[in-house]
Amino acid sequence: MTTTNTVMPYDEALARFEPVIGLETHVELGTASKMFCGCPTSFGAPPNTHVCPVCLALPGALPVANDKAIESTIRIGLALNCTIAEWCRFARKNYFYPDMPKNYQISQYDEPLCTNGYLDVEVDGRTVRIEIERVHLEEDTGKSTHMGGATGRIQGADYSIVDYNRAGIPLVEIVTKPVEGTDRLAPEVAKAYVTELRELMRSLGVSDVRMEEGSLRCDVNVSLMPRGTTAWGTRTETKNVNSLRSVERAVHGEIERQAAILAEGGRIIQETRHFHEDTGATTPGRSKEEAQDYRYFPEPDLLPIAPTPEWVEELRSELPEPPTVRRRRLQAEWGVSDLDMAAMHNADAFTLVEATVTAGVPAADARKWWMGELARRANESGTALADLPITPEQIARVVALVASGALNDKLARQVLEGVLAGEGSPDEVVEARGLRIVSDEGELSSIIDQVLTANADAADKVRSGKIAAVGALVGGVMKASRGKADAGRARELILERLGVSE
Amino acid sequence: MSAITRDEVAHLARLSRLALADTELDHYAAQLDVIIGAVARVAEVATDDIPPSSHALPLTNVYRPDEVRRCLTPEQALAAAPAVQDSRFRVPRILGEEA
Ligand SMILES: [Zn+2]
Repeated sequence: MTTTNTVMPYDEALARFEPVIGLETHVELGTASKMFCGCPTSFGAPPNTHVCPVCLALPGALPVANDKAIESTIRIGLALNCTIAEWCRFARKNYFYPDMPKNYQISQYDEPLCTNGYLDVEVDGRTVRIEIERVHLEEDTGKSTHMGGATGRIQGADYSIVDYNRAGIPLVEIVTKPVEGTDRLAPEVAKAYVTELRELMRSLGVSDVRMEEGSLRCDVNVSLMPRGTTAWGTRTETKNVNSLRSVERAVHGEIERQAAILAEGGRIIQETRHFHEDTGATTPGRSKEEAQDYRYFPEPDLLPIAPTPEWVEELRSELPEPPTVRRRRLQAEWGVSDLDMAAMHNADAFTLVEATVTAGVPAADARKWWMGELARRANESGTALADLPITPEQIARVVALVASGALNDKLARQVLEGVLAGEGSPDEVVEARGLRIVSDEGELSSIIDQVLTANADAADKVRSGKIAAVGALVGGVMKASRGKADAGRARELILERLGVSE
Repeated sequence: MSAITRDEVAHLARLSRLALADTELDHYAAQLDVIIGAVARVAEVATDDIPPSSHALPLTNVYRPDEVRRCLTPEQALAAAPAVQDSRFRVPRILGEEA
């Protein structure tokens, strides 16, 4: 086994080699019940509470396919421009591993439900077409926890304990064809593809596609070939890539690692590698040099799937607007530049901004808050924007308070801070923290009096016609009111008090 | 001569984790012999121009509606497990130590 840990710097690696990438993505469908039984699919239930004789493979239990899962898979295939099979079967994938109590996984083998599609993604201002090899339906596995070892990994563990709640949840596997010609953009293309795929799943409403909960999982294949050659190199498959940023890092890291090995005259071993979120490094897993024989055969317990052309056409006609088209339409509606669109897309803020606009906020305000204050807070706390504990409706309320003059931007930021800290709704935070703008003229007047007394020089300048000096006085009022004064009204009152008009 | 030996039936039983008594081994050896004979006859007529069939019934599209049904309780689910820990099925070591 090659154990070298050296890497070749990315630029040098790209100067010498050309990457070919491929992606296998698993999407857990958001059906109410499992693929072949009526157990619920909700995340986070106590262990082995979502199990029944079918998903535990008790003797005599028989599976029946979930119609919604079949429909969702066909819709995914159609949205990916695939051909839908007129007739296909489930297959048994036999393997000896305790994450499936049957000792096989019901999957599809040589007869996938959807084949030969594509998804266009935009990277760096150009469109890259990612060809889809196949989309098939299978069942998810149980979750094993490895006990007794030092690392929590399967190697060195004394024994394992298994929770089958996840076993049997419908899982769609989407496999790309090898993607050539992306050159140094390969990591970004991989990330853009998964991002776009996730948007597509969301728009179809077939999955909640939460990478951190594992409802969208990605395996990344990378191989290198020396520049000037055309034969693909040996590929590795990096598993466990559970965030969009990690998809990019995994491709980047694997290019650097493989380049170093090849440059030293070594050879790449066809193997599974595990991605580590903390370091961004990969470590070797199972070797695939000897192909594992899964002894696939048609699943005798389930009848063939034969979607009628009428049904497929009906599903096609009901597909939602594709995310790329939707983005272009909204970009025009919002009057946003390409650069700002890309920034929103990269920050994963687009859907949030859209939902906030739907909640009644002008597009410019929605974008300002999500890409400014909220992005900053998400960044500080190391959470995804979408996971901030604040809703588009709450932001709409804050924006409405600003529009009505009850809050200024500075106070609005404090309200958002309170909402994020779990202090309640925007109105509750305003009340509890006493954040309303001081619009009481009496209170404002007394603050102005204090400020004018304390800043007699500036007051004199204004009286003598140097109106620019009023800024310092307004600043003093804002400071004295701890930001709660209405700055515009304060300015008017100060000028009036000093007998100056503009 | 029979197509399957008594020893082979014992081996199959072990692989299937079935405890069979001596009399049962004889009983199943005879039954399996008949089954293997039947399969052999099918294999004789199955030529390349006959597509293999996977399902005996001419049915397709048999689905169930996406509805949640009652599950087993964890106690029921784990009742037959040889070992249990933290409401989970406890299974022996999966992989040995790797270098
Ligand atoms: Zn079940």
